[in-house]
Amino acid sequence: MKLKALPSMSRSDWCRIPEQALPQEGSGKMASLDRVKVLVLGDSGVGKSSLVHLLCQNQVLGNPSWTVGCSVDVRVHDYKEGTPEEKAYYIELWDVGGSVGSASSVKSTRAVFYNSVNGIILVHDLTNKKSSQNLYRWSLEALNRDLVPTGVLVTNGDYDREQFADNQIPLLVIGTKLDQIHETKRHEVLTRTAFLAEDFIAEEINLDCTNPRYLAAGSSNAVKLSRFFDKVIEKRYFLRESNQIPGFPDRKRFGGGPLKNLHYD
Amino acid sequence: MSFLIDSSIMITSQILFFGFGWLFFMRQLFKDYEVRQYVVQVIFSVTFAFSCTMFELIIFEILGVLNSSSRYFHWKMNLCVILLILVFMVPFYIGYFIVSNIRLLHKQRLLFSCLLWLTFMYFFWKLGDPFPILSPKHGILSIEQLISRVGVIGVTLMALLSGFGAVNCPYTYMSYFLRNVTDTDILALERRLLQTMDMIISKKKRMAMARRTMFQKGEVHNRPSGFWGMIKSVTASAPGSENLTLIQQEVDALEELSRQLFLETADLYATKERIEYSKTFKGKYFNFLGYFFSIYCVWKIFMATINIVFDRVGKTDPVTRGIEITVNYLGIQFDVKFWSQHISFILVGIIIVTSIRGLLITLTKFFYAISSSKSSNVIVLLLAQIMGMYFVSSVLLIRMSMPVEYRTIITEVLGELQFNFYHRWFDVIFLLGIFRIGRRI
Repeated sequence: MKLKALPSMSRSDWCRIPEQALPQEGSGKMASLDRVKVLVLGDSGVGKSSLVHLLCQNQVLGNPSWTVGCSVDVRVHDYKEGTPEEKAYYIELWDVGGSVGSASSVKSTRAVFYNSVNGIILVHDLTNKKSSQNLYRWSLEALNRDLVPTGVLVTNGDYDREQFADNQIPLLVIGTKLDQIHETKRHEVLTRTAFLAEDFIAEEINLDCTNPRYLAAGSSNAVKLSRFFDKVIEKRYFLRESNQIPGFPDRKRFGGGPLKNLHYD
Repeated sequence: MSFLIDSSIMITSQILFFGFGWLFFMRQLFKDYEVRQYVVQVIFSVTFAFSCTMFELIIFEILGVLNSSSRYFHWKMNLCVILLILVFMVPFYIGYFIVSNIRLLHKQRLLFSCLLWLTFMYFFWKLGDPFPILSPKHGILSIEQLISRVGVIGVTLMALLSGFGAVNCPYTYMSYFLRNVTDTDILALERRLLQTMDMIISKKKRMAMARRTMFQKGEVHNRPSGFWGMIKSVTASAPGSENLTLIQQEVDALEELSRQLFLETADLYATKERIEYSKTFKGKYFNFLGYFFSIYCVWKIFMATINIVFDRVGKTDPVTRGIEITVNYLGIQFDVKFWSQHISFILVGIIIVTSIRGLLITLTKFFYAISSSKSSNVIVLLLAQIMGMYFVSSVLLIRMSMPVEYRTIITEVLGELQFNFYHRWFDVIFLLGIFRIGRRI
């Protein structure tokens, strides 16, 4: 498609971006920052698009609509903020739409987005128990992608703790629509989600996507989020420097190797 | 005494149907959602139960089971309950759940749902005016008035579904229509999709970086909010935000492209699966069936056209006609009365079972395609309404397939409806539907 030429801008506005032409296909060389890819998975209607909008633009999404296919947004994250080794990275949040019970043709199409993933955010709706249960199937769909290329689940959705113990991709569980849970039921719901996060060996955050104060700087949620992104960046760039192998599929081929011992922190 | 026994049999069967509807709802329809309002489930199961009871009564009529007067009583009662549900309860609850979804009107839910229901009743009533349905000597709220209108809507639905099925069925079953899809096609499309995603990402990276530098320099990126904000943004806008809106437009166009590519890829995968399926035994069997179905569909279209052009409605049902043909032309002698009863029972039974099954499958597919967690309640209730109307009009039309001696109960209960009108209307809508759908394919 034809693109209009951008008007000339002053250097101060675009100080960090060297070129303004389109990048070559498939290269991340465009900006001077490195990138990591994080999937955002969950049932339809739980609020993934609102969440991604909140994380990337610090604003509430005004008119959420059906996500067809995949929508991406980018957040600039400071790795190891506040220390001398602080460095900025691009975090690509891939919000994959659809339901876990879709036709297998849709699942095969979705599988193309699961390539070389560095982190997964699992989103569920606190007011809907089924969406929490479906998270197991979602994670299996994304993690099994390379074992069975046709997209068929190997373990037919049964939860297997072994698989998650072996998993190298950092996970984060986020529960949405916290404001719709009545005060009296809050304790019961939060206990349930704590068990859920434990199963995934992941941190959990519970919030309301229409209220930015849950992720205000300095709050415990913001700290957990920052820690998660740091972990993702670490696993991608700092524990593999010797091998130069990016992402999940190649790791499986080499079967772990000498790096395995570094993953227990 | 016999009335009590008959009633208990009827009630047991009704409870069985209710249970079946409940299970179907839980296992099939609502398998991915959580049921929060049990009212919806109850209404759906009750509609299903009473509709199935109507069919059951027809079968009993043919087989001669149960006392004739108790059958008549149950018919009337069943009909009243179904009409009550279809005209009063379900539309009211649909209005109630629609209003509950809208945040503004949350406080006065009941008031607005009553208003919605009154609007529905007005249009429902107006529906009967242009049609020559019944003679004016009946009162306002009689069964005949309500049934006639429900019948019109239901017959339209039936004809549309039949028309769609007639065209879609050979298209789905026969592999003649499948275009050839190779793996390289799919891979090429996937590559294009990923390229588009990469382009979107690079633009979003620019935007994120621009926002960050603006934020660090102290200019907060805010969209023009409110009336004065809009006026201000017309005259003076920061150069950064101008570029952002430009890039945002490009991103919007690219995102639309990525959506289309995604849908095309999913389509190709589905076609590839169908090609593989057609190579299996089951696929070949369905392919074979497809040829028969297409012949049957062509015959149906032909008959419908003849009915309309020559303005005739079949006077005899297929069973009696078939028996006549065998007796007169083939010279085979057999006990007409005995066989006509059994054959019509089998025929009507098959028609009923296939139409129920077909409808449930179509409803399930429809539900999966369009429902979301917010609208699932409304959609299920709409489906219950459609199901009820469909079954009521099936009863009207099935009358044609039965020999004369069994038609009496339907004629008695439903009063003086112009049954011929409904058959004519079915043929008209059937043909219209076929032409519309045929043009689209």
